[in-house]
Amino acid sequence: MGLLARSRPETLAALWRDFTCNRAGLEEAAITWLRKPETGTVMVRGRAGAVGEAFNLGEMTVTRASLRLPCGAVGHAYVQGRDREKARIAALVDALMAGPHADHARKAILAPLATIETEARTARASRAAATQVDFFTMVRGE
Amino acid sequence: MYVAVKGGERAIAAAHGWLDEERRGDPAIPELGTDQIRTQMTLAVDRVMAEGSLYDPDLAALALKQARGDAIEAIFLIRAYRTTLPRFGASIPIATGAMACERRISAIFKDAPGGQVLGPTFDYTHRLLDFALMAGGEAPSSAPQSEPRDAAKPHVTEILAREDLIQAESEHDEVDTPPDLTRAPLSLPASRALRLQALARGDEGFLLSLAYSTQRGYGRNHPFVGELRVGTVAVEMEIPELGFAVEIGEIVVSECESVNQFTGSKTQPAQFTRGYGLVFGRGERKAISMALVDRALRWKELGEENTGAPAQDEEFVLAHADNIQASGFLEHIKLPHYVDFQAELELIRKLRSEALAHLGADA
Repeated sequence: MGLLARSRPETLAALWRDFTCNRAGLEEAAITWLRKPETGTVMVRGRAGAVGEAFNLGEMTVTRASLRLPCGAVGHAYVQGRDREKARIAALVDALMAGPHADHARKAILAPLATIETEARTARASRAAATQVDFFTMVRGE
Repeated sequence: MYVAVKGGERAIAAAHGWLDEERRGDPAIPELGTDQIRTQMTLAVDRVMAEGSLYDPDLAALALKQARGDAIEAIFLIRAYRTTLPRFGASIPIATGAMACERRISAIFKDAPGGQVLGPTFDYTHRLLDFALMAGGEAPSSAPQSEPRDAAKPHVTEILAREDLIQAESEHDEVDTPPDLTRAPLSLPASRALRLQALARGDEGFLLSLAYSTQRGYGRNHPFVGELRVGTVAVEMEIPELGFAVEIGEIVVSECESVNQFTGSKTQPAQFTRGYGLVFGRGERKAISMALVDRALRWKELGEENTGAPAQDEEFVLAHADNIQASGFLEHIKLPHYVDFQAELELIRKLRSEALAHLGADA
């Protein structure tokens, strides 16, 4: 769920297109909306002094959706941002993870998302590591 | 005698038409895309998210474009948009100790576990204009990279807390829902949770000035930047449909923990005290300011003297920190006040005629 929630909408949409074009009928399957994609906010909380009492930091945009596949599997999505299509795909993937398509969905969607994310994180972490200070001490009077 | 006037619709429509044209600027120059603003004016975007109190970089970029770059106007647009959205719930408090830091420095411990990571900072630059940016065209050489170090970066205050050298933060019960300024008007005296919310969405300039005033002696509390960290944290929320918490996204935040001078008594050994700053996006100047002001506002619970300094005055600080409230009240005085002023005119004429009549009588 985290991978789907953090993804950029255009990336997820492209992966979903590739996934469904090999599986005719998946996209057209009659899904039942339990909750149509809806955009709202979630209040993000922090803690005083990072460990103390909780306080309200500010909100973030979130889109949610819930649906049921013809096979009966139910999928839910709460994803960052305002993209309804992203929420729809995330809920579909969530539902698929409970059925026979789980392995395919994992390979075709979740794994590539994880790779993209790891690459992006490593790129930033490597740059951060290069800015880590290595102190040296000058010895006087030897 | 004042006669009510209607009209102005045509002038207003024309003004807005011209505003659109001015925003676009010279059509011979390519239009600025919101994706360009989001990825190249990142600190402006972050400020709009922080003070707009809504984390959404795409929306903040749009607001900046629409507002012609005016931060407060953009923040206003974001605040207005926010009110149109339903609230799904609240997150589990973010765990900043697990932050993927792009910057993390401590001004008190050289060898803080996890190290000092400078990140993409303006510090140590010479503040000389780089005319190469104006000439354009040249891609920057790629930044140096090293093998990422996985060392954990515990909060520096934890080190002091281990020896009991710093005040413990009170851990409140989870069932307590923190007060929310967006749902209930500010009530005084304010809890620390309410103060922190107000400061987190408060105006950076206002908080900077107040924090500076404490450094100059107006409510002095001698701060050290115990730690400053900027990076990405996961946001998790309990999903009612699922019955457990899942990650719903990630955000960039800046956090500052200040370590300040002591509290203590005959029965209680001396301890450092602390202030806290946390803001959306990359806003370390504001995070530090917030920590200093938070600390100044804690004078009562720490048994300090109220020196009458503005930064210690909770009502003054909290009532004036919000730039949308402030600009709303300030800017309304430019709207027609013809009737009010007519009354003032009548009054001053009357006062003057009475005074002049007196003077005439004396002569």
